Amino acid sequence: MELYELTACQAANALAKKEVTACDLTESIYKRIAAVEDKIKGFITVREKQEALSEAVQVQDSLEKGDKLASLRGIPMTLKDNICTLNLPTTCGSKMLQGYYPPYDAHVTEKLQEAGTILVGKSNMDEFAMGSSTENSSFYPTLNPWNQHYVPGGSSGGSAALVAARETFFALGSDTGGSVRQPASLCGVVGFKPTYGLVSRYGLIAFASSLDQIGTLTRDVRDCAMVLDIIAGHDSRDSTSVPREKENYSRDLEKSSSSFRVGIPRECFGQGVEEDVKKAVKRGIEKCQQIGTVIEEISFPHNEHALPAYYLVATAESSSNLARYDGIQYGFRSKGAENLHDLYRKTREEGFGPEVKRRVMLGTYALSSGYYDAYYLKALKVRTIIRKDFEKIFEDHDFVIMPTSPTVAFAMGEKVDDPLTMYLNDIFTVPANLAGLPAISIPCGFSRGLPVGLQVVGRPFDEKRLLQFSYKLESLLQVKDIKPDIAEVGQTDIS
Amino acid sequence: MTVGKNEVEYVASLARITLSEEEKVMYTEQFNTILEYIHMLNKLELDEVEPTTHVLPLHNVLRKDLVKVSTQKIIEQVLEEAPEKEKFLFRVPSIIE
Repeated sequence: MELYELTACQAANALAKKEVTACDLTESIYKRIAAVEDKIKGFITVREKQEALSEAVQVQDSLEKGDKLASLRGIPMTLKDNICTLNLPTTCGSKMLQGYYPPYDAHVTEKLQEAGTILVGKSNMDEFAMGSSTENSSFYPTLNPWNQHYVPGGSSGGSAALVAARETFFALGSDTGGSVRQPASLCGVVGFKPTYGLVSRYGLIAFASSLDQIGTLTRDVRDCAMVLDIIAGHDSRDSTSVPREKENYSRDLEKSSSSFRVGIPRECFGQGVEEDVKKAVKRGIEKCQQIGTVIEEISFPHNEHALPAYYLVATAESSSNLARYDGIQYGFRSKGAENLHDLYRKTREEGFGPEVKRRVMLGTYALSSGYYDAYYLKALKVRTIIRKDFEKIFEDHDFVIMPTSPTVAFAMGEKVDDPLTMYLNDIFTVPANLAGLPAISIPCGFSRGLPVGLQVVGRPFDEKRLLQFSYKLESLLQVKDIKPDIAEVGQTDIS
Repeated sequence: MTVGKNEVEYVASLARITLSEEEKVMYTEQFNTILEYIHMLNKLELDEVEPTTHVLPLHNVLRKDLVKVSTQKIIEQVLEEAPEKEKFLFRVPSIIE
């Protein structure tokens, strides 16, 4: 077995037992990248191998000097390219920020560095995190490791594909309307979006600030808990970061004291959801029953209203957040503009791709004089209704289970010219963002050889129990050890 | 409620984005499809509902008004990313005639 095949936790244990070194792990990841990255294209930037290795040497020295063993010390990892890194370009998947070096590290970048993890690169994404297929990257699309004619989902498609392809032990992504969970579902990995406010957004390039949250993409639930242990916690540089006592999520992961009550919203198993997806998620629900979980069919009456409300709130906030890309202080500037306004307009015309323009304009429209009440304000009211739906459900249920995505991965190019059809991918993921709730996608089965994800949504800041439940469910599902088979460079491609 | 090409042009000008003729046609069509879908919200009774701008109870986060050192290095780093600069300034097209 190659080292890159280990989970982050297994790799950390092997390090602790001195069976391997941090350099061995890093070498193994670079070997894997060299072998399969041409087929996946999950990275925008791969860090110089020598740089990563010299960091691995330092970490190894501190390990051997008896430095207190931090859980993921020495483990190679990847960050989505909208998370600021001082020493690597941070492009947001956009021509607008091509080659941009931020003058600071994001909070999560600092935390992962302090914890001794080794950054190997920055992952591909839909431009400014707008999209559900990673086809909106200004550079190139990422391919699904299970079948390279299919999309990996998005917007954190690079992160999800790299974890699935074993090119990184874990990755971070960002989730504004499902951008961690949906690609996790389509690539067959675990994707977790924490409660809004649990992880600092300092240094996460903003898309829709009231919805954005940094999340994890990992090979299993244990790795997810270990990464969350590092990145969760208060940070005064993000005014929406919640000051609360730090919890330990990976300790006692296998213990979950009581049996849980889980609600299954009937609205999430209707029209528009593929039969195989329903079947795989229902199989997962049946597994829960075997361990004494109480399963009840419930109603989530406004699920269908979440998506239109989401697309108004997210686009409105993005139109304001993306106003900063004007060609003045950093990033792309159009050549040959005659005056200041011309410079703004040409820079944004040439620097933004079609989906970003679409959303910025839609948001501008929703906020514009005369339409504010009809669109933006209405969406904010629907947000209240969605929150109340959840509050009611959580009065007598611990979790809600539903599909992560209504379909498995779709073919490259299939939906790219039809924005509304593309938006419908997010129908089951946006409610958790509108209500700020923690939600996880766990692989639960396959349809036509492509992975299906099951989503568990929990109460605000109930991560500990949510992960305990997910851990138990994952072990019952028994799909986490099935890996995609990617022909390595030099092997004959039979597909 | 449908959106015409002139409205798309107006919104593009507010958003400071130049559009080609082809783009104007494409976005007009797509906006109408998307807005038609969004109009399902019109069926909801929302008069008595309070809007939610943020899920957390937000309050101002204040700090002491202390001067922090901004080193030459940071200024250089920031200006390093400027598309055009002159000495320690961003260079922009002339604004005043």
